Amino acid sequence: MILGISGDEAVALAAKQCNVDVVAAYPITPQTIIVEKFSEYVANGETQAEYVRVESEHSAMSACVGASARGARTFTATSSQGLMLMHEILYVASGMRLPIVMANVNRAISSPINIHADHADSMAVRDSGWIQLSCVDAQEAYDTTIMAFKIAEETLLPVMVLLDGFVISHTLQNVSTLSDEQILNFIGNERKSENILDPENPKTFGAMVLPDYYSEIKMQQIEAMDESKKVIENTFKEFGDLTGRRYPLVESYKTDDAEHILLCMGSAFGTAKVVVDDMRAEGKKVGVSRVKCYRPFAGNEVREAIKNAKSVGVADRVAPFGSYPPLYLDTKASCDGINLKSFVYGLGGRDVNKDTIKEVFDRLEKGVDEMFVGVRE
Amino acid sequence: MNAGGFNPNLKGLSQQEDLLLPGHRLCAGCSASIVVRQVLKAVRGPTIVVNATGCLEVATTIYPYTSWALPWIHSAFENVAATASGVVAAERAFERKKSEPKSDVIAFGGDGGTYDIGFQALSGALERYDDFLYVLYDNEAYMNTGIQRSGSTPKYAWTTTTPVGSVEAGKMEYKKPIDLIVAAHDIPYVATASPAYWRDLIVKARKGIEVDGPAFLHAISTCDRGWRHDTSDTIEIARLAVETCYFPLFEVENGEFKLTGRSRAIAKRPELKKPVSEFLKPQGRFSHILKNQSMLEEVQENVDRYWERIKKLCGE
Repeated sequence: MILGISGDEAVALAAKQCNVDVVAAYPITPQTIIVEKFSEYVANGETQAEYVRVESEHSAMSACVGASARGARTFTATSSQGLMLMHEILYVASGMRLPIVMANVNRAISSPINIHADHADSMAVRDSGWIQLSCVDAQEAYDTTIMAFKIAEETLLPVMVLLDGFVISHTLQNVSTLSDEQILNFIGNERKSENILDPENPKTFGAMVLPDYYSEIKMQQIEAMDESKKVIENTFKEFGDLTGRRYPLVESYKTDDAEHILLCMGSAFGTAKVVVDDMRAEGKKVGVSRVKCYRPFAGNEVREAIKNAKSVGVADRVAPFGSYPPLYLDTKASCDGINLKSFVYGLGGRDVNKDTIKEVFDRLEKGVDEMFVGVRE
Repeated sequence: MNAGGFNPNLKGLSQQEDLLLPGHRLCAGCSASIVVRQVLKAVRGPTIVVNATGCLEVATTIYPYTSWALPWIHSAFENVAATASGVVAAERAFERKKSEPKSDVIAFGGDGGTYDIGFQALSGALERYDDFLYVLYDNEAYMNTGIQRSGSTPKYAWTTTTPVGSVEAGKMEYKKPIDLIVAAHDIPYVATASPAYWRDLIVKARKGIEVDGPAFLHAISTCDRGWRHDTSDTIEIARLAVETCYFPLFEVENGEFKLTGRSRAIAKRPELKKPVSEFLKPQGRFSHILKNQSMLEEVQENVDRYWERIKKLCGE
């Protein structure tokens, strides 16, 4: 069925169709539509899930930890300050290997307060042990939410689905949906639960671990994150076989012969494709790639995508303080010998339009090493 | 006082399997493990324990060992109530979707995790009416980090962040009346208890488990390290807390306050009430008070005022 829905609504619908047991969430712009939609599903008896209307995001993630440890298929959603408030418990969730799925609707962080698209929030928690999958539109947000449950439950790692505030969260799009049956056949009807809080088989979760074991436990988590890449790829492939919608870890557009490539994340990719077409019509060899699988960082795939370019502009939607921004740093660490330039655009919802993207390509062509794009003097 | 025919006696309890196993690393003379053992004597079936960060958590689960013979989870310091809410939500979901019988949920938090950093999560869970028993073991300071003052530390008590100096002598503020604040949430059951009165404590724990909706059990929990008392005085000091009316035993069932046990007896026979100095005397944290008559009088006045307030609420 094709529905004209926003990115937020697509995420809420996907979570409901995934037969979640527990949702614990707190409203925050621009995530709010997700919790409102889910509340409607609960109020109308369209889901049997328990919705815990917590009093803060810290408690939202804490309740998710409790529910997931008990064996529930668990979902939450947040943005910006909410993700900041959850920060501490994100590590608890990943350290306990709890397969929680969370949509983070990317929004700038205070101060100054700003409710619009910016990647500072999810980038600030990129090393919290969560898989991070970035989306370009509502369709992908829907699809990725579904795949996230499968990936989380297979890897026992929590998964964050990232969608740009307003640009994706509030923009209506025709979204091709699946039936509940198709989805549950794909992800499993309910969570397979072995390591859970079970009165029949008592286990201790969240023990005190001292220097004699801490490193080994962290190594298991590090290995699980490294190995998750294979599970993510397989899940993307199976989902592609089911729906025809194929998601690579790194998606590229007209990069094969490109001299200059823009590497980005999120909704900017759509705009960039249009700019690439425009510039190609003028005979300029440009292309664009975007990182879908940001954690674990798809470094090999990024390198493959950009290795033949004369120069690559890595565009971050994050204000860097005292160093380079995160996507650039990750790319730099994976792409030794490739000519990379760091760009920053779109802070606090500053429109990333065709001119913005074109400016990046122009600077690449001219070799202008100037980081900030679209900022007034 | 009864809880659906539940009638604990020493013989029965001694034959009952312990759910907090020996070998943990809590200090000799610590009340926390005694409180927990007594609470766990009240479980009625499958039970899941949620624990805030603190002495109890740290000392009972040093990897690869655990002292817990039931499913147990610790997440962080300030979120024990929210974590319990999540477990309870999963129980409700599984009951609805799979007709699975629900397990009981008990949360343990210290005074720091309850009065201070965990207060918001607690208040939220109470407002949501989530069905679990919250047990506060109150040793009146941050003992796990080495005796720092909390919202529960009583006035003039020495701690490492309220030292006794020439300008300030111990904590300068009052202990937060947590039971009255929790009771103001209109939850079905609130009670205080002391491990010195084990039967009173166990029956109250059982009542808290049995009610539908949230229950709150506040147990005074002596700490020989932080209170600076002899390890053999643990239960005696827990008893004196009640006998001096420093820590009255009462319960609030559906909004109705009632004194219980020794506190009820003292209300009937005021001559049984001991001066607060008897509670202070064995504790080094109060030694400066005993040397200062006006300070001691003020502490006694505060205890008397609180006792009168509780008595009045209890219709005595």
